Amino acid sequence: MPRRRAQRRSPSPDSEEKAGDKSEADVKSVPQTEESSAALETSESVEIGGKEPLAVLYCAVCSFPPEYCEFGSHLTKCKAWLQESHPDLFEKYYSETALIAKAGALSLEAAKKLEEDSIKKEAKAEAKAESAAKKRASAKVTIKRIERNKRKHITAIHGLEAFDIDLKKAAKVFAQKFATGASVTKNAAGQDEIVVQGDVSDEVEEMLEKGGGALGPGIGGDSGVDYNDTALPREQFKTP
Amino acid sequence: MFKKFSPSSDISGQSILKSSVQRTIRTNILSHFKVDPDTFEHIWPKKESLVLVKCREHISLYTVNGTPLFFQHFDGPYFPTLKLLHKYPFLLPRVTVDRGAIRFLLGGAHMMCPGFTSAGGELPPPEEALPAGTPVAIMSEGKEHAVGIGITKLSTEEIKSVNKGVGVETVCYLGDDLWNVDTV
Ligand SMILES: [Zn+2]
Repeated sequence: MPRRRAQRRSPSPDSEEKAGDKSEADVKSVPQTEESSAALETSESVEIGGKEPLAVLYCAVCSFPPEYCEFGSHLTKCKAWLQESHPDLFEKYYSETALIAKAGALSLEAAKKLEEDSIKKEAKAEAKAESAAKKRASAKVTIKRIERNKRKHITAIHGLEAFDIDLKKAAKVFAQKFATGASVTKNAAGQDEIVVQGDVSDEVEEMLEKGGGALGPGIGGDSGVDYNDTALPREQFKTP
Repeated sequence: MFKKFSPSSDISGQSILKSSVQRTIRTNILSHFKVDPDTFEHIWPKKESLVLVKCREHISLYTVNGTPLFFQHFDGPYFPTLKLLHKYPFLLPRVTVDRGAIRFLLGGAHMMCPGFTSAGGELPPPEEALPAGTPVAIMSEGKEHAVGIGITKLSTEEIKSVNKGVGVETVCYLGDDLWNVDTV
């Protein structure tokens, strides 16, 4: 522990140096930090000496620490996950004794209410997930070629966000690939779309089907769509 | 504060802060959080620059390498993000709510005094009383990790004596929209 501290110390002076041309206020702040560090080390270092961050386990289903899964909306799934991947913790949180201890903390009525609540919540979440899945399955990506003037075109791609694609990153990928400009803009309906300079609709289609990098796992789809300067919504194959 | 927050529409801009501003923030945080500079070096290494992410309603999010670490409302106190607090649970003083209050908190409600004064709740002893306006970690009965972060509306002694109304305002909690943001 002390050795680590010494090592960590060393980069600080030279970063101070790098910061270079200081105003008066800056110079002042340096001794201040040193001072407070000294104070803390003598008085409280025993208590908060833990330098390493705590590795907190988060539930793969609801993202809460597993002890809070019971308040989430996927309790059944959370439990299954925990039992599978961390049986010891499952025992800790959901064993008979743990449940009894918990029940003791609440009146019977409140406990009942909580249980009802979590069942309701779960049903709600399920319905929501289902409708989201349906929406995804029917999601369409539109690739539009828009004429800018006689021989110049831009390509607008709309609907990628339904496939969990980061639009900004995707735009960058297109810009790099085609060596043109690409940006995320709002269309007339106020929805985000990617606009690429030049007519790259065929290539974009191909890239999207294949996926990779920022374009995710690929959105699948049929080819043979023809582009007649109009938007042709493309049916999606089902998504996972 | 983050009940409804969507990075794509609520963020108005990002900028790397001037090094002098960064130093002021560092000093400020070091003097308010319960952390020594060495540990803080883990959290925010001196060589990494702090990025200010401006959000709607005067919320400032501070990120290092894209990970949100701190936030602030107007020029109020700095708060760690809940994920950071989980890693370094000693950053903030703690208050504890009883089990019955947890589900309200997870809905974004502010915490009422009785939640702290009932059997399951806990407040610091009188000699460590916290004044109003102190950022606190909201712990909950029987749980190991913080469930949210709040700011005291009354001093902890007042919470004990008044025992009604809002005692701690919730600023962020498990499952709010800031919780779901891992990188900006
Ligand atoms: Zn869970």
